[in-house]
Amino acid sequence: MKHGKIPLIVTFLVPPLLLYVVFVVSPYLQAFQISTTDWLGYSAEANPVGLANFRALWHDDYVWNALKNNAILLALVPVFTIAFGLFFATMLSMGGRRGRAGVTGVRGGAFYRTVYFFPQVLSVVIIAALWKEAYHPTSGLLNGILRVVGVSGPAWLGDPDTAFWCVLAVMVWANVGFYVVLFGAAMSAIPREIYEAVLLDGASRWTTLCRITIPLLWDTVQVAWIYLAVAALDGFILVQLMTNGGPNFSSDVIGVRMYDTAFGSETKFGYASAIGVVMFFLTLSVAVLALRVGRRERIELS
Amino acid sequence: MTALDRPAGVAVDGDRDARGSRPVRRERGVVNFLSHGFLLFWGALTVLPLLWMFLSSFKSNAEIIADPWGLPGALRFDNWARAWGEAHIGRYFLNSAVVVTGSVALTMLMGATAAYVFARYEFRGRQLAYYLFVGGLMFPVFLALVPLFFVVRNAGLFGTWTGLVLVYAAYSLPFTVFFLTAFFRTLPTSIAEAALVDGCGHFRLFFRVMLPMARPGLVSVAIFNFLSHWNQFLLPQVLLQGDDSKWMLAQGLAALSISQGYAGDYAQLFAGLTIAVIPVLLVYLIFQRQVQTGLTAGQLK
Repeated sequence: MKHGKIPLIVTFLVPPLLLYVVFVVSPYLQAFQISTTDWLGYSAEANPVGLANFRALWHDDYVWNALKNNAILLALVPVFTIAFGLFFATMLSMGGRRGRAGVTGVRGGAFYRTVYFFPQVLSVVIIAALWKEAYHPTSGLLNGILRVVGVSGPAWLGDPDTAFWCVLAVMVWANVGFYVVLFGAAMSAIPREIYEAVLLDGASRWTTLCRITIPLLWDTVQVAWIYLAVAALDGFILVQLMTNGGPNFSSDVIGVRMYDTAFGSETKFGYASAIGVVMFFLTLSVAVLALRVGRRERIELS
Repeated sequence: MTALDRPAGVAVDGDRDARGSRPVRRERGVVNFLSHGFLLFWGALTVLPLLWMFLSSFKSNAEIIADPWGLPGALRFDNWARAWGEAHIGRYFLNSAVVVTGSVALTMLMGATAAYVFARYEFRGRQLAYYLFVGGLMFPVFLALVPLFFVVRNAGLFGTWTGLVLVYAAYSLPFTVFFLTAFFRTLPTSIAEAALVDGCGHFRLFFRVMLPMARPGLVSVAIFNFLSHWNQFLLPQVLLQGDDSKWMLAQGLAALSISQGYAGDYAQLFAGLTIAVIPVLLVYLIFQRQVQTGLTAGQLK
């Protein structure tokens, strides 16, 4: 049965591997090399400058400002998204009447899940464009509501004090549905007998959630946190399209900095790659940190 | 990943009629009412902006500005025509369709063949190659953006759809290979062995026996890839700069959203957005279960 095996392995593996190495592996490796040059892009000249780009980064106030915003996103987006996700997932799988079965889902749960999940399949571009209009000071959805109540609404994205928070809210809005479905799926794997036993013992819903559900879902929550943290460190498309970092850099994020540095008015590719490298290590350390801090004894079901 | 083996849509079955005693029932009623309140609230928060977009695509600009909450006075399909023609959303739509068809086909072919080899054959360097692929799941695309731009340019593929198809496929390989390798491993080996004993060649075995057997997995990944390629913005933005007749839909929408700020044609923008949402909505509603499982598995990489 051996014959014909080698040709198959070669024809099946070499093209994908080639494609992958050329377009994925090599750019990642080159990013490190380019970050140590003063390359200005289209000209061929790229002089090695060692760590000068990184030193310049350290003193770049715009980068620090952007990093500060990313840090806020990192602190708040995962917390809100996971809290909402857990809350609605609990409602859906346990909010129903208690019959003999002990714990039941709410009526129409599948419908809610379908609706909640939908923003997840939309392009970020559509979400950004839609919310940009919804925040519009005169023709927008939000100020339309406020006008009915008789309040003249704020400028939302036009105001440096609110712009960043508006983008943050959209980020949470776009993500919650996905985690409702994710946590819902994980909850359905928890044996029902556990809940029945807890309810017989007279535990309240809140106790059940905090003492039973969340500990049993811990692995999933951890993964969710990592994924959201990585998304919070990015946030590039949403910010670029909704505010382009403005007004007055109030909603700037590191991704926008990098994109503008590389493809904006000046094409400082060396410097932009340095930002990319810093991002790479930040992302990596956040993920590792989340795994470390979140480590708990694993609870095996059944 | 343990919890994701089952379809996400069917988390808890019963809404069986409660037959508890009466006081218990009243308390449940309150809780039930409350939970429905919260759930409806979030549902409205999700649906309203989209509904507003849809309705506004039929309104005149005057109506949109005067009363953001009003209903359209008439079904003005000329907004849609304007978005489709003047704003070139129609062209971008077709461009995207061509590119995404190519890239999903290429991703599936390359992903399935590589995954099959990883799942079913022993050879030296297998582990290394596998982890090389799967390692790509860790890093966001935009870290590689600057060098990628030059790789594509030096290959003479800058500003071409071919370049975009290759890049889409390359960046989709990690997840596709990861998911399909796991899927091929779950298929029974006995059928493949029987086919080989009967004199079936390795290539025929793959195309005639293994691929048809892997269909459910292939469908899930294909839908996942379709959505992520269709929604991709960053890669075309960098790799298809310039010539706007070749743009992808996402680029066209972004440009429309920005130009709306100056031109003030709200209706056209809403019509454009609606045109872009409809195919995604259809795919989502038809393949809901696969989409939800595929995406949840996809982000739990």
